[in-house]
Amino acid sequence: MTSNIKILKPSDPQGSDLLSQERARTTFDVKKLTLALYGSKELERLNRILEIVENDPVFDKSKIYYMGRNELFEHALKKDKRLVQLIKKHRWNVEETHIAELFLDLPGPFGLHRGMFIPTIFGQGTEEQKKKFLIPAIKYEIIGCYAQTELGHGSNVQGLETTATYIPETDEFEIHSPHLTASKWWIGGLGRTANHAVIMAQLKSNGKDFGPHPFIIQIRDMETHQPLSGITIGDVGPKFGYNATDNGFMLFDHVRIPRSNMLSKYSQIKEGTGEYISPPNDKLSYGTMVFVRAMIVTGVRVALARAATIAIRYSVVRRQFVDKDEPKKLEDGRIVETSILDYTMQQYRLFPVIAQAYACFYTSKAMVDSYLNYMKQSSGGDFSSLADLHASSSGLKSLATSMAVDSIEDCRRACGGHGYSSFSGFVTFYQNYLPNTTWEGDNYILTHQTARYLFKTFREVVSNKNPEAYSQSNTNPTITYILQFLNNPNQTCTATTPSDFKNHELQLRAFGHRAAYLIANAVDQIDNHKKSWNSMLIEVNRISRAHCQYILARNFITALQKSHHPNEDERLRVLHDSPELMEVMNSVCNLFVLNTMEKELGEFLECGYITSSQSKLIRSQVYDLLKEIRPNAVSLVDAFYIPDFMLKSALGRYDGKVYETMFDWASKEPLNEITLDVNPNSEVLFRNNDYKGKARL
Amino acid sequence: MSSYVKIPSNLKPSDPQGSDLLAQERATVTFDVKELTLFLFGKKNLDRYHEILRIVENDPAFDKTNVYFMGRNELFKHAMKKEKRLAQLIKENKWKVEDIQFAEWLLDTPGPFGVHRGMFIPTLISQGTEEQKKEFLVPALKYKILGCYAQTELGHGSNVQGLETTATYISEADEFEIHSPYLTASKWWIGGLGKIANHAVVMAQLKSNGKPYGPHLFVVQVRDMETHQPLPDITIGDIGPKFGLNSTDNGFILFDRVRIPRSNMLSKFSQIKKGTGEYINPPNNKLLYGTMVLVRAIIISGVRFALERAVTIAIRYSAVRRQFVDKEEPKKLKDGRVVETIILDYTMQQYRLFPVIAQAYACFFTAKVMIDQYAEYTKQSSVGNYSLLTDLHASSSGLKSLTTTMAVDSIEECRRACGGHGYSSFSGFVKFYQNYLPNTTWEGDNFVLTQQTARHLFKTFRKMVLSKGAEAYPSQSERNQTMTYILQYLNDPNHTCTATTLLDFKNPELQLRAFGHRAAYLIANAVDQIDNQKSTWNSMLVEINRISRAHCQYLLVRNFINALQNSRQSEDEGLHMLRDNPSLKEVTLTICNLFVLHTMEKDLGDFMECGYLTPSQARLLRAQIYNLLKEIRPNAVGLVDAFLIPDFLLQSAIGRYDGKVYETMIDWASKEPLNGITLDVNPDSDVLIRNETDNKTKAKL
Repeated sequence: MTSNIKILKPSDPQGSDLLSQERARTTFDVKKLTLALYGSKELERLNRILEIVENDPVFDKSKIYYMGRNELFEHALKKDKRLVQLIKKHRWNVEETHIAELFLDLPGPFGLHRGMFIPTIFGQGTEEQKKKFLIPAIKYEIIGCYAQTELGHGSNVQGLETTATYIPETDEFEIHSPHLTASKWWIGGLGRTANHAVIMAQLKSNGKDFGPHPFIIQIRDMETHQPLSGITIGDVGPKFGYNATDNGFMLFDHVRIPRSNMLSKYSQIKEGTGEYISPPNDKLSYGTMVFVRAMIVTGVRVALARAATIAIRYSVVRRQFVDKDEPKKLEDGRIVETSILDYTMQQYRLFPVIAQAYACFYTSKAMVDSYLNYMKQSSGGDFSSLADLHASSSGLKSLATSMAVDSIEDCRRACGGHGYSSFSGFVTFYQNYLPNTTWEGDNYILTHQTARYLFKTFREVVSNKNPEAYSQSNTNPTITYILQFLNNPNQTCTATTPSDFKNHELQLRAFGHRAAYLIANAVDQIDNHKKSWNSMLIEVNRISRAHCQYILARNFITALQKSHHPNEDERLRVLHDSPELMEVMNSVCNLFVLNTMEKELGEFLECGYITSSQSKLIRSQVYDLLKEIRPNAVSLVDAFYIPDFMLKSALGRYDGKVYETMFDWASKEPLNEITLDVNPNSEVLFRNNDYKGKARL
Repeated sequence: MSSYVKIPSNLKPSDPQGSDLLAQERATVTFDVKELTLFLFGKKNLDRYHEILRIVENDPAFDKTNVYFMGRNELFKHAMKKEKRLAQLIKENKWKVEDIQFAEWLLDTPGPFGVHRGMFIPTLISQGTEEQKKEFLVPALKYKILGCYAQTELGHGSNVQGLETTATYISEADEFEIHSPYLTASKWWIGGLGKIANHAVVMAQLKSNGKPYGPHLFVVQVRDMETHQPLPDITIGDIGPKFGLNSTDNGFILFDRVRIPRSNMLSKFSQIKKGTGEYINPPNNKLLYGTMVLVRAIIISGVRFALERAVTIAIRYSAVRRQFVDKEEPKKLKDGRVVETIILDYTMQQYRLFPVIAQAYACFFTAKVMIDQYAEYTKQSSVGNYSLLTDLHASSSGLKSLTTTMAVDSIEECRRACGGHGYSSFSGFVKFYQNYLPNTTWEGDNFVLTQQTARHLFKTFRKMVLSKGAEAYPSQSERNQTMTYILQYLNDPNHTCTATTLLDFKNPELQLRAFGHRAAYLIANAVDQIDNQKSTWNSMLVEINRISRAHCQYLLVRNFINALQNSRQSEDEGLHMLRDNPSLKEVTLTICNLFVLHTMEKDLGDFMECGYLTPSQARLLRAQIYNLLKEIRPNAVGLVDAFLIPDFLLQSAIGRYDGKVYETMIDWASKEPLNGITLDVNPDSDVLIRNETDNKTKAKL
């Protein structure tokens, strides 16, 4: 690099000045909004853990974007080992470990040991099994994975091909992969790391099939770390993302394990006779699924916040074209190009993502609250809220994660060419986020569960066979909107001006009416026109989306309503006590609701709820809301409090030094150490001692 | 490459086998697949395709088996090897531009020589004087010099007028001084610059006698021809890792007052006079716009191939992948065993994938029309008639935007429709999608582009309103598609859809009317906002984007419908085939209907908002789409087979022609280099990877 680069600056105005100007125009206290999002306890935790991980040399991220797969994997293993040491040292609990993982942002080979192996033994193991496996697992003396998905089966767990056959003579199970498609596949941490696995296999005893059950198996030698005999293991190869994790495959050739290795808290095989003892009802495991999905929706909120933070900050610093109707000037009067955030199209692309992030904040909070509430009720034997919770959480996981991947990608593209650079901070982030649409229930399949429940509820409400349903109508939002629809199926929207669409009751009515209309239609098709389930799948998907959009809108609106509860949650209290915060959050809520409506305008029109002239009012209200939000855009993303350490983005840095960072990071690209031979007739590609540079990579 | 893991050889996938499932699908096809392929390629291109595929598929330099495992340096090296070999083959076989395009398509590794051929040479041809061609073009064609095209800067992409690099004429020395006054002036994203190019065409702000003349092109030698090091006062580097295209060395370059001779300014159209520094203006820039139309036609042709590739993988995999038993219609093997239903039988999967097939055909017909129109325009412009240009240029801008956005969305939709395995690099989607993505940004950002389209549509609309109708444009309204629908709208702005049955939605006239009415309605509204309510351009940008989409969807629909309707009269060789072959005609008609109605359904809000469609008609429309999915189902595999995307291009374990999905997945996984190392997993041990032999394996990678 020649010397003049060091003295070169970006042309004026500087990114840092532009961002300070934005921060100066904010109408609310950013710190207060951050507090309203996280609460003081969580905030203290975030700060404390960030301080530790940010300053640990093992977690240095400066070379990550340049790493090939092997190097990245090695780096991730190092990170995972260091994290284990820190967990011990600081006695981090599950939540604290989770925060550290969030900041480290490098899903590594030990992730599934903590995230699935340990919780499964915890949830499904007997006391003896916990002693034998859980204790060494917690000490990392054994490292495990969770092997369910196979090469040929993902969504249909009942169709798994791996078998576990009880052999009474030796009181053992024989684990076997009868086909190539029976190979376990995609198993995180299995490829190179785990020495133990919980595997799902079809239980067979006395010639009878009992369906998939979990078994614990040692798979690698504790000394040599080689696969045990009869077991074939490998990494499944490169992926779109997650390349720091060793997703693996595994085949069993008649491998024997003791009977006591079947995880037997709920069901078991009796010694010698091979008699099967059935589990009690599986409501407990459904409860856990609700919680896992609440966590995924929380993850959506963080992902959206992260994407919007990068895109909004960069859009302030990036200037392109002069808006001739409203040219921007420097203090000395020079006309400069307009920040791209000032273009309405850019606002229209990005502000809804901010709004989605806040919407997911309140829905994940509501989901966690409902889960805790359910746990309390269920311990007293009341499982009545489970069906609704489970159905809604399935659809919400589907809707929110699909929304997240779309919005992350929108934000990336809104950063133009530089969004395509790994230095944007979008590339590995997006790549690693993508599987959320597939794991923990494929986003399309999941909607079946939601719709099935909605159809059932609808039929019950119609035939009034379930009086209990009505008694719940205050708490069960589904029944509320179905009842409203049944009472007045031809109801139409009363709005006559754009600002009528800011009325929260009207908004909720719209979403409820549309969902109920779709449900009513589908139930009619199935019950009266004898439509097959398969022929209804497209409608099923629309219905789940409509229902879950209603829930998102409702949770956001409810959070903004002042409660007079003396024990109100600290976060809500901070929000409700601040008129400036309430004002800006109200705009954000309205934008979320109306932008969602606008995207699905066809459905709101199709059900006859709004007219074509009302749809024009919605659009014009959306445009007004963009203007309302504009002065607060940067502060709304600052409030998310996503640290630069996590963003790893040249474009989205807090200080706005976009171009300086792009240059600095580009200068470190290892390819820049190599000199080529470009003569097409020469077989030399990289010249002389450049190979050294390469070998180092 | 050898396997690191030995897979038990006795294991097969569970029944039914993928190859049998695909064979069954191929048996249900109602038309002759070979005929459809011939229709899509034409005889001449098909011969070319086979000839070039034969050459590249068997050349060891182009072996793709290791590509998915390569890190950036290794991948780049691989790409260079490919480029050198390709340059040799071009010479040996005397390949023309079209042949090279086929080869590059099949090789599918955008490499460092791409911009030399695609931008450097064409720029010299079109902008250079005869002497400049002698000096630069002749050695460039022989690969004696390698060039790149340096326009975009760190701080400027879309706004070319705002570029910061300067080229100041120094009359004393009769030279230009090329300079980067700011960090943001650094050229950035320049393909082939980072490591390869020794020459560059640089776009810089021309200044002479203290006056600025805007961006102009200059040829600059950037690296030493012997040492390949950057010349003094020039800083060059690769810009680092990207989402995709990591086999290309996109680069940056900064100039610290670098002098070049005056003769290095590309001067076919404008120049600086020796000594006086006087600037000589170019003639009109219509020629340049014409070229842009052609480039965009080629991009749309590329959309077609990208969609074909994505949907080929997804459809074949969906015919092999089975999941759940559809209880109402369980599938059985010959021996009576119930087996899981292939996922292609689920309506949701059809609804996600079949429209992509239809989009590919729509882009095929529109690319064809664009190329025909470009040829027609070139003919007319040679006799001084440029009247077709504005409409062509405006439409091509919006079409590039609409179709490339559609392509990235559809590729990703196809990938996700392949579930978990779609996430594996072995799916063939990952690198493909990553490399395709920049199409939404380069050659005009997809959002910025729509402003050009809308501006032209507003102008046309105003003209039509002023002239009160057809009389003023009797002849042009024949050719100009925009005017046709605007006229229809002005004559009957409250027109509504007449459909009362499902079948009515298959009526091509009704379909066209719907798309034309909606586009014209949006234009009329926007013009009213701007002209009568004084809305600013900035405040209209969201509408502008909608309008461009509406207009271009109309064009896609119209081009598709016209091709099928006019096959009777047409003299086009391909369209003749449609006329003479009823089974082909029938299947293409179904696809056309699916494209039209699915596009309509996705934007249903627009069609209802303009009052054209009622809620009950919207329901009919949906019902008709579901019927079309059923019609297409037996032909799904045949339709993608007809695209003739070879396995060599797909590089997909799950989209292979023979259906051996699972065998290939595990075979390729066994070759993952990570499988050659053994870990030390003890968290308290500093060792990560064990012993010597394993370290060797690692170093090999």
